[in-house]
Amino acid sequence: MSMRLKTTLNGKTFQFRDIKDVLAKANEPKSGDRFQGIAAESVTERVAAKIVLSELTVGDLTENPIIPYELDEVTRVNIDGLNRHQYEAKKNMTIGQLREWILSHKTTQEDLIRSSRAFTGEVAAAVAKIMSAMDLVYGARKINVVTRCNTAIGQRGTLSFRCQTNSTTDDPETIVMGLMEGVSYGSGDACLGINPVEDNVESTRRIADGVYNFMSKNEIPTQVVVLSHMTTQMKAMEQGAPLSMIFQSIAGTQAANDNFGVNRKLVEEAYILAKQRGTSVGPNLLYFETGQGSEVSIGADLGVDEMTLEARTYGFGRYFNPFMVNNVSGFIGPETLYDGKEMIRANLEDHFMGKLMGLPMGMAPCFTNHTSITQDDQEMATMLLNTAGANFYMGVPVGDDVMLAYQDTSFHNDAALRELSRRKPAPEFHKWMMKRGLMDENGVLTELAGDGSIFLK
Amino acid sequence: MNEDKLIELVKQVVSEMTSTQKSDNPVMLEAVPSDSEEYVPDLSQVDFRKVLDIPHPANREEYLRVKAKTEARLGVWRTGPRYRTNTLLRFLSDHAAAMDAVFSDVSEEMLEEMGLFSVSSRCSSKDEHLTRPDLGRQFSEETIARFKAKLKPKAKVQIMVGDGLSSAAIEANLRDIIPAISQGLKMYGLEVGNIPFVKNCRVPAMDVIGDELEPEVVCMLIGERPGLVTAESMSAYIAYKPTVGMPEARRIVISNIHDGGTPAVEAGAHIAELIKTMLEKKTSGIVMGD
Repeated sequence: MSMRLKTTLNGKTFQFRDIKDVLAKANEPKSGDRFQGIAAESVTERVAAKIVLSELTVGDLTENPIIPYELDEVTRVNIDGLNRHQYEAKKNMTIGQLREWILSHKTTQEDLIRSSRAFTGEVAAAVAKIMSAMDLVYGARKINVVTRCNTAIGQRGTLSFRCQTNSTTDDPETIVMGLMEGVSYGSGDACLGINPVEDNVESTRRIADGVYNFMSKNEIPTQVVVLSHMTTQMKAMEQGAPLSMIFQSIAGTQAANDNFGVNRKLVEEAYILAKQRGTSVGPNLLYFETGQGSEVSIGADLGVDEMTLEARTYGFGRYFNPFMVNNVSGFIGPETLYDGKEMIRANLEDHFMGKLMGLPMGMAPCFTNHTSITQDDQEMATMLLNTAGANFYMGVPVGDDVMLAYQDTSFHNDAALRELSRRKPAPEFHKWMMKRGLMDENGVLTELAGDGSIFLK
Repeated sequence: MNEDKLIELVKQVVSEMTSTQKSDNPVMLEAVPSDSEEYVPDLSQVDFRKVLDIPHPANREEYLRVKAKTEARLGVWRTGPRYRTNTLLRFLSDHAAAMDAVFSDVSEEMLEEMGLFSVSSRCSSKDEHLTRPDLGRQFSEETIARFKAKLKPKAKVQIMVGDGLSSAAIEANLRDIIPAISQGLKMYGLEVGNIPFVKNCRVPAMDVIGDELEPEVVCMLIGERPGLVTAESMSAYIAYKPTVGMPEARRIVISNIHDGGTPAVEAGAHIAELIKTMLEKKTSGIVMGD
């Protein structure tokens, strides 16, 4: 039977052009879609698109990728990354049935993990588009994804953080002072991760050396990463930079990945290099960053909505078994996510889609200063994602990243989120914190926490 | 003349010119005297790089020495796992300054005082400006006619000003930077004609001027996206014969123009020198030595 792309609703007839059109119009409001001119024009049209989408099958969306297999590497990696047995078992389900299967009490975490390679990005986006906020939280909460680099994160009952203490001058001394304070708050069990100002081997090495020395001198069980371009990190690693894993920003079209200077071959080479020269045992040796709107902001969206492109990004990242995937929806600005409501919705979608596809999702609900999004919006997103079970967040001094000029989760938020959800740091890091007298066995900070200078004694 | 000498000379000339010119800044109220007992002290005036709020730090001296080198909000301490009240209120203060810089307009008085004529991009509101970057680089036919009436065609240099993402950056720097650029160019025998101010402006708007009036060099002074450290940072984008759709690499940018970065007077002299070099080499694809 051919796909049905037409319906009547509330006294009106809606005919959608193709799957791309249905996916775009079924999206909850996003300024990126309006900027592209692909959003639903009325609330009824949006719901009509959701209804049509709910009747398409997993097979329809997999066999008709929105960018053809022959033309786009991200499409190819999404499809090549499928497990055919799992896909065959799900392909006749409609998207509406898939939603109910995910949310059913009968569907266990085991079932969800086993099916994570049954779905391409298009399928994950489709089902998320017919889910409400609480559906997205409830569905994601069922899925725990554990990964291991130097240490393991993502276990049920744990919550981890990347300690991110960037410097406007790539000064290892201020970076490490920030890390000292951050780890005293319990931030840094996912990694100690620094964005350099200068994308070159020298800066990458200098920062990596400084951070690694701090980590090894104090025997902190975590990972070191410097977020320069993948090729820069690879060169630094070849020269002996003590990196635990390799980072890269990725996107949902080949055109956008070309713009970022990344492709499947390069990521595969980076993985092999990290296995040979990195300081960790793995097996998860990569760190990806993603976020809704990156493609449209560089004109590489090909008319596809930003949420579907984000899910395709996960299908690309999944192929390489990353240690962590960090979502930064909110980083670009109001032309992609207009306000707090759009930012919160996008974060819940991204976290759910990533988990459904088997990724170790961490979240960085964040905001720039040229939007109406405020600290309250950001904290609300963070608390909702905590209920949804995000693997990790960032930890930035008072949430103010002085180098990247945006606001993210703070050391204080990290500590409060753990208390709120009764979650603890990754086990090895938790033991270390107790040994240093910074945290009790329940994951609550002691009186010492907050003073970075205990590491200067 | 070497660059240092030129900068000194321009600074001198400009400080003489502007010392009698300063007027009240209508966007941001002047800071009140914080030593007055009637006032709750001005939280935004505290230099938090010099403050350590940890009650019994293991090593106060070293903490403060490193903290002084960064704007990062370190050593703020906590109540339970949350911020102290002063930490929260200072964060909100700095965010307020940043948001107000974006969502306010450059005052008419300031534009009049500087002798700029005002036009708008195709964006009809701040909201459209922020969500439609494509419209912020376009002009209506009427606006283009206005440019043609006001600006000299095929000029050697065309300066223009845009609010960009910070009106506060324009308010804070324009009075110093325009005279500095003009004086600098004058020393090279170059004339600055009329200067347009573009409301709701994005950087590539300068390319339209390139196409319509064919000046040799266009210099766009524009407000940067504010951070919490400063909301007053301005950038200068300079290009030789810019044209719509050209690669971004053809623009040279001088960023971080504000009191805590490169002061406007110094930046102005530097910009004048860049423009002169660009005119000599007839390209913006030059690697400028700093």
